[in-house]
Amino acid sequence: MQRIGVFVCHCGSNIAATVDVARVVEAAAKEPGVVHAEDYQYMCSEAGQLKIREAIKEKNLTGIVVCSCSPRMHENTFRQAAERAGINPYMVEIANIREHCSWIHKDMEEATEKAVILARAAIAKVTLNAPLQAGTSKVVKRALVIGGGIAGIQTALDIADAGYEVDIVEKTPSIGGRMSQLDKTFPTLDCSACILTPKMVEASAHEKITIYTYSEVEKVSGFVGDFTVDIRKKARSVDMSKCTGCGVCQEKCPSKKAPSEFNRGLNTRSAIYTPFAQAIPNVPVIDRENCIKFKTGKCGVCSKVCQAGAIDYDQQDEIVTQNYGAIVVATGFDTIKLDEYDEYSYSTSPDVITSLELERIMNAAGPTKGHLERMSDHKAPKSMVFIQCVGSRCADRRGKSYCSKICCMYTAKHAMLIRDKYPDVEVTVFYIDVRTPGKNFDEFYRRAVEEYGVNYIKGQVGKVSEKGDKLLVQGVDLIDNKRILMETDMVVLATAIEPNKDVRKIATMLTASIDTNNFLTESHAKLRPVESPTAGIFLSGVCQGPKDIPETVAQAGAAAVKVVGLLAKDHLVTNPCVAKSNELFCNGCSSCEKVCPYGAISYEEKEVNDHGIRETRRVAVVNSALCQGCGACTVACPSGAMDLQGFSNRQILAEVDAICK
Amino acid sequence: MLRTEKEQAEIIKEISGVNTKKCMKCGKCSASCPAYDEMDIRPHQFVSYVQNGDINALLESKSIWKCLSCFACVERCPRDVKPARLIEAVRLMVIRQRGGNYLTPNEVPELLDEELPQQLLASAFRKYSK
Repeated sequence: MQRIGVFVCHCGSNIAATVDVARVVEAAAKEPGVVHAEDYQYMCSEAGQLKIREAIKEKNLTGIVVCSCSPRMHENTFRQAAERAGINPYMVEIANIREHCSWIHKDMEEATEKAVILARAAIAKVTLNAPLQAGTSKVVKRALVIGGGIAGIQTALDIADAGYEVDIVEKTPSIGGRMSQLDKTFPTLDCSACILTPKMVEASAHEKITIYTYSEVEKVSGFVGDFTVDIRKKARSVDMSKCTGCGVCQEKCPSKKAPSEFNRGLNTRSAIYTPFAQAIPNVPVIDRENCIKFKTGKCGVCSKVCQAGAIDYDQQDEIVTQNYGAIVVATGFDTIKLDEYDEYSYSTSPDVITSLELERIMNAAGPTKGHLERMSDHKAPKSMVFIQCVGSRCADRRGKSYCSKICCMYTAKHAMLIRDKYPDVEVTVFYIDVRTPGKNFDEFYRRAVEEYGVNYIKGQVGKVSEKGDKLLVQGVDLIDNKRILMETDMVVLATAIEPNKDVRKIATMLTASIDTNNFLTESHAKLRPVESPTAGIFLSGVCQGPKDIPETVAQAGAAAVKVVGLLAKDHLVTNPCVAKSNELFCNGCSSCEKVCPYGAISYEEKEVNDHGIRETRRVAVVNSALCQGCGACTVACPSGAMDLQGFSNRQILAEVDAICK
Repeated sequence: MLRTEKEQAEIIKEISGVNTKKCMKCGKCSASCPAYDEMDIRPHQFVSYVQNGDINALLESKSIWKCLSCFACVERCPRDVKPARLIEAVRLMVIRQRGGNYLTPNEVPELLDEELPQQLLASAFRKYSK
């Protein structure tokens, strides 16, 4: 017979303000098997845990029920308390009377009644609990970082510096990411390349870091501590071991009409190309869609001019399979498409550009070699208008509901740099709110206004139209309540950012959850911000939410620490709440195997002794290392052979009975 | 029956279907409005006037007769607030308050001309008669 203790937490007023805690204790004490029931203000505190430990010892408890917050919050806390008092940690059940009860109800009478029912169900379940032993699984001492921007590079460097092997998989031909496209960085205005390229070089030279560029993650299996990943190394058509990076092939390539991705399509590049001069690796790739040799079979100029003989038109994609203990997602962002924003004439006028395009225009290595000029006639502008929140903070179908966070600051930066370098250019910024939380950020914005004379006008622009060779901006000044119609030479749109479009595919492979905006979800918004709810998956950079470079670098370091914490373990403790098949009941129908999302079920020909009859049967066997305890198989099994330890069918039915009593 | 401004604000919200709380006060409606300069109370102000229950000022404003119902503000509003619907609702409220039929079938023949779209008549009947 079980001897059960029930502990009801007030959670300050979180529970006690809505649930009559004393009545829950009183009702629980009357349940069969309950020999102890008490309440306390904060069960999770040291004093609260001490009460649990003392009660276990004094009353010889065999199982406990804690009526408190979600098991996600403190199940582990109470399991450890139970273990310290000498009972099996899996003899603990949590009745969630906070998230599932007090927080969502207003009426005390109803909430108390529900809390009593939840407690009763947990008592019924713990009565049938059996002690479980957690197993162990290995940890592969190697991490994978998906994405080679500043987030991925920083995470990889931090993991590698701690002494672990790291692989970076980058989709484009070079690492560097969005940051490599930026000209200057706020709030200190140092040149982006000057601070990024040393990190790129450090990553590529690090003995613990392997970089796969022009590569994509193709398949992921396994689980925390031991993921198996297939990486597709796309055919570069250039032999990396032979290429010297001299660049002659790019100069001589006769196909130069492909829009340059790096310069946001503002100019073109050759079919054989490195995205930018400081690319790492400094080995070009052939873009087969634009290569004359691949399109017509004739050409081969690059092969002829290559002194090193590195051009290899027959190169095939290669699949590399590697095992990892942890995976970090650092897939970054892109700007949203502006096809539907006709009112800003982005698609029709070359002089209406996005801020990221302006970065390229202002960059010395960009399409205009750093000269500020209009893309239509290459004339220097005399006046520029910046429009904030284009596609951000939108409740309509065209935009994003969130604030993109970085635009206020980079617009202040652009405005300031332009006024500094070209003092005769009038700069006007149309804003809704100027949001500058961050160290020295508001001061930075005020400098743009006060020292550089940037004209900030409150009010979203309604329309930008072409008028001769000028652009006509139609807006209002909401402070003066006046119509503004101004002619300008260039318009810059602070375009909303969104997660990289590949993130859905990657999240699906990793079974990592994403939100409605395709940002990866963190395990806890405040307390586990760099961990995905899927064990062993970590988040770095904008893939988790909009952030600037300092925040990205900080988060990248945080993700690295979490990875190192995982890789430093000799082994992982596995969850013993896994499925188990009763081979006497199993008829070998394969239903469970078909529904298992983790590939944890296989079949064996096994000799069984069924009431004295010995025969060989085909029966299901669960690999407890792969099983995640989802329970799908227990539902699918037609003969009741499959059961989930810790959540057995009997236990669940006992809970249902207790609730319906 | 006399209604308070607060009650009128609720009616305007109901017939327009507009949730004024969604407005983030960006002013894009006014920025988009071709009749902006003609108006005494501007489109973005309509939203806050209704939100604050200042309905009498709206009922007396000339803006409601200046709005072209071009729906540029509806189309471009990032928050999907639809200010033109509010203006339309205020207009309807004025018409209904005046209580009379402003257009009877007998008046139609003399109004007719070849340039006049049928749609206008249908819409005039909908608006100006009960």
